Amino acid sequence: MSMPDGAAPRPRVATVWLDGCSGCHMSLIDLDERLLEIFERADLVYGPLVDVKEFPEDVDVCLVEGAVSSEEDLHRIRMVRERTKMLVAFGDCAVTSNVPGMRNPIGVQPLMDRAYIENVTLAPQVPTRGIPPLLPTSQPVHKFVDVDVFLPGCPPHADLIYTMLDDLLSGRVPDAAGARFGR
Amino acid sequence: MSVYTLTIDGKDVAGSDGQTIMEVAEENGIDIPGLCHLEGIHDRGACRLCVVEIAGSPKLAAACVTQIAEGMEVTAHSDALLEYRRTITEMLFMERNHVCAVCVANNHCELQDTAEDMGLTHFDLPRISPKADIDASHPLFAIDHNRCILCLRCVRVCDEIEGAHTWDVMHRGLDTRVQTDMGIPWGESPTCTSCGKCVQVCPTGALFEKGRAVARGSKRRRPFLPWMKVVAEERGL
Repeated sequence: MSMPDGAAPRPRVATVWLDGCSGCHMSLIDLDERLLEIFERADLVYGPLVDVKEFPEDVDVCLVEGAVSSEEDLHRIRMVRERTKMLVAFGDCAVTSNVPGMRNPIGVQPLMDRAYIENVTLAPQVPTRGIPPLLPTSQPVHKFVDVDVFLPGCPPHADLIYTMLDDLLSGRVPDAAGARFGR
Repeated sequence: MSVYTLTIDGKDVAGSDGQTIMEVAEENGIDIPGLCHLEGIHDRGACRLCVVEIAGSPKLAAACVTQIAEGMEVTAHSDALLEYRRTITEMLFMERNHVCAVCVANNHCELQDTAEDMGLTHFDLPRISPKADIDASHPLFAIDHNRCILCLRCVRVCDEIEGAHTWDVMHRGLDTRVQTDMGIPWGESPTCTSCGKCVQVCPTGALFEKGRAVARGSKRRRPFLPWMKVVAEERGL
């Protein structure tokens, strides 16, 4: 977004959707008219809600929804971390691996067999082309990269998201008061 | 009966011989967290969340199973104790597969509440991800071992209040599981009276009524616990 001459650069906010259900992004949309206020103060430069193909450089705040479950997730989260100042683990899947992590005690091969072989009657096969391989287990974001802020919740309530974004954009350290697993 | 005076967090309190630190703290409005403690059944010190410091003792003591003594100086709240309790809570989560979002006890769960009270926003300890079974053979109830924290309230209520002693414990260490009778499926138990007390006292979603959807746990709404307490007193438990 272009800026008027002489204005201070606005914080650049991005969002990323890894292995999650998009519910955290829905909760972000539930900020309703407060979104207008937040994005008066910041620019949304990347994410499922904007049409930008490449994760840009110099992102100030990035909300990461979802667990790290595949090699692509891992590649993306490492790139996001390199290009982001404040990385937020956004919601239970990013924080604990949550529902995607329910496969962890099962193992990838039995899981694939169950989904694509055992219950299939027509040409059973495990899909491989154009699909990133699953990691052995689905893990929370902070198992792979440093996380600056944790916001648990499934999904985190819009009020909590607002308070966190307000804190971050105002240069305050957010606390997670009121946030809890589940909900 | 002797009366002892002692301090908890610097507050002067008194209690009778045989009372525990937990009981005296409760009577004096001092909240000590605990997940296995439940009024009306014997305490057993299983969860360790109620650990306190006692002046002159090198060890932490579980408030629910430590009796008071004259002149005792108890610290129930400190930064160090909060850190221990936070770690204990984290270990309870990491030992099994707790997924609050899809749990029948979501928002009716004492473990979930404890995590919030402790300000836990994530887990640093490694996750064990054990393979844990679900026994849904009983017509009314089911147990999901993925959500069990081994507080053993079910074992105690079944033995001490219902008198059935259907529940007990098997195996050791990380493999420890609560079991019905000698490890037979719950639905085949000849001793279970289907009274549902175990389900009512379970602090998590491990024991639940069948047919209840996510977050529909409605435990502790049935007014049987006051009755339970009366029975416990009559029997001198």
